[in-house]
Amino acid sequence: MSEASAILVLAHRDFVKLLRDRARIVADFSFPLIFIGILGTTLQAGFGDKSDVNLLGFVFTGVLGQTVWQSSAMGLISLLADREQDFSQEIFVSPISRYSIILGKILGESLVALPQALGILAFGFILQIPLSGEQLIRIVLATGVVALFGGAFGVIVLANLGSQRAANQIFPFVMLPQFFLAGIFNPIQNLPLPLDILSKISPMRYAVDLIRDAYYGVTPQRVQLFDASTNLVIMIAMFVAFMVVGTFLFVRAERNR
Amino acid sequence: MIRVEDLVKRYKKADRNAVDGISFEVKAGEFFVLLGPNGAGKTTTISILTTTLGPTGGRATIDGSDIVREASAVRRKVGIIFQRPSLDQNLTAEENVRFHAVLYGLYPYAPTYALMNREYRAQVDELAKLLGIARDIHKPVRTFSGGMRRKLEIMRSLLHDPKVLFLDEPTAGLDVPSRRTLWEHLAEVRRTSGTTIFLTTHYLEEAEEADRICIIDKGRVVSFGTPNEIKRDLVEDYVLVDAAERSELRDELGRLGYITSGGPPYKLQLDGHSVHSMLRSIETPLTVVKTHTPSLEDAYLEIVSRQSE
Repeated sequence: MSEASAILVLAHRDFVKLLRDRARIVADFSFPLIFIGILGTTLQAGFGDKSDVNLLGFVFTGVLGQTVWQSSAMGLISLLADREQDFSQEIFVSPISRYSIILGKILGESLVALPQALGILAFGFILQIPLSGEQLIRIVLATGVVALFGGAFGVIVLANLGSQRAANQIFPFVMLPQFFLAGIFNPIQNLPLPLDILSKISPMRYAVDLIRDAYYGVTPQRVQLFDASTNLVIMIAMFVAFMVVGTFLFVRAERNR
Repeated sequence: MIRVEDLVKRYKKADRNAVDGISFEVKAGEFFVLLGPNGAGKTTTISILTTTLGPTGGRATIDGSDIVREASAVRRKVGIIFQRPSLDQNLTAEENVRFHAVLYGLYPYAPTYALMNREYRAQVDELAKLLGIARDIHKPVRTFSGGMRRKLEIMRSLLHDPKVLFLDEPTAGLDVPSRRTLWEHLAEVRRTSGTTIFLTTHYLEEAEEADRICIIDKGRVVSFGTPNEIKRDLVEDYVLVDAAERSELRDELGRLGYITSGGPPYKLQLDGHSVHSMLRSIETPLTVVKTHTPSLEDAYLEIVSRQSE
């Protein structure tokens, strides 16, 4: 009971911090809107209209998955910022389990990612991307799963980094290739073998594909690579591995400085 | 209450031990001070004892719980005020308190103050009154003064009724009035709760009130005892005398067996004699009489200078 309360209060803190940081809210919303509004619209105008494929919807679902997943993953890195501002000491001297600390952070950063998802959905509505009630419910549920999965990926990255500065330098290298390997803007069927292997070990791919399945799964079009159950099994397996190994490594690094 | 045996810590990539085999004990209810210059190993020691840092060697227990094997039990028994404030600046004072109270399992979580249970609200209201921040308890802590933040941290750290309160240089960076208010608050805490207090500092005046002091330098214990014992062991008590007839005085001091070194003025080691009896035995008219009673500062400077030699 007290561990559950501790997880909730940790998550609460992250969400309250987001609500009180207006600059962060604006920044969080800007990038996805640029991607969908500019990239999606130009792709649709250049290729989609000629090929009869809805590229705007393709980019919209890709960016939605990527934004939520990445936001949650990057949010975990705030544990490093907390350490540098000495706040994490208050968390780490408390008697709760280290797994609860990490779970609380993941839940908190997932909550932080969700308003962004709602913003992107609202933007999709403005761009008149077709979205039925059923698709909306499926997307909202998938977004929750993607956010938690992103958080777990954040833990494994966090466990191997020493400082916020290192995180800022490393993160683009970890994230950018996945933009393309996960097929946010580009198709990833029929990739050459080396790229296909890299794509299959990119966690972001499964996050994006789950969102695509939520959107396209109820349409005659098949853009998603796997169905939801396959994606979920892979994501749960990765989630458990990232959590267990990541928390162990992070706590060990904290204590054995 | 605290037992430290041969504790060692070497940081990764360091070429010497930050803590180099220290041992000491702290009794229940004691006001214990770990004193030393910057880089002596004070924060490292406190970090190990509060389980945020693993030791390289040795062992330590707090109220019978081993800091490595029973880390969670140790965390439940200690409160800590860190060297740099560990309040979340984005949260209000009450939210910071709530965060702590829920993390320590004192109350179940609720998303707002109004939804927290009645006991919690009563406790927070009482503490806010005690600190004189009843009107500001729902304001962000970044609007508070440095001294007020420290008091809030102490209040927060005592919520779970710890057996030992660790304070790592709590007055660093505070102005004089804030520092004084903090000490008054801490004295009140000691009077009312009987909590064992473990303080690290490099301000000597903060150590004068301690029951016992452990002085460390370069990771090693260089002196241990009550403030008086440390002064007595490390710094000499002496009287400086001089006279118009210096040669007469020097001869007389020689006859009386008072060891002098250098001078004038002549330095007479007290060595257990009282100043009064010593002066009465001197017949040469004295023009200068100066007694020297060592302060803790003298003792400390003596120790640190010996170490650096």
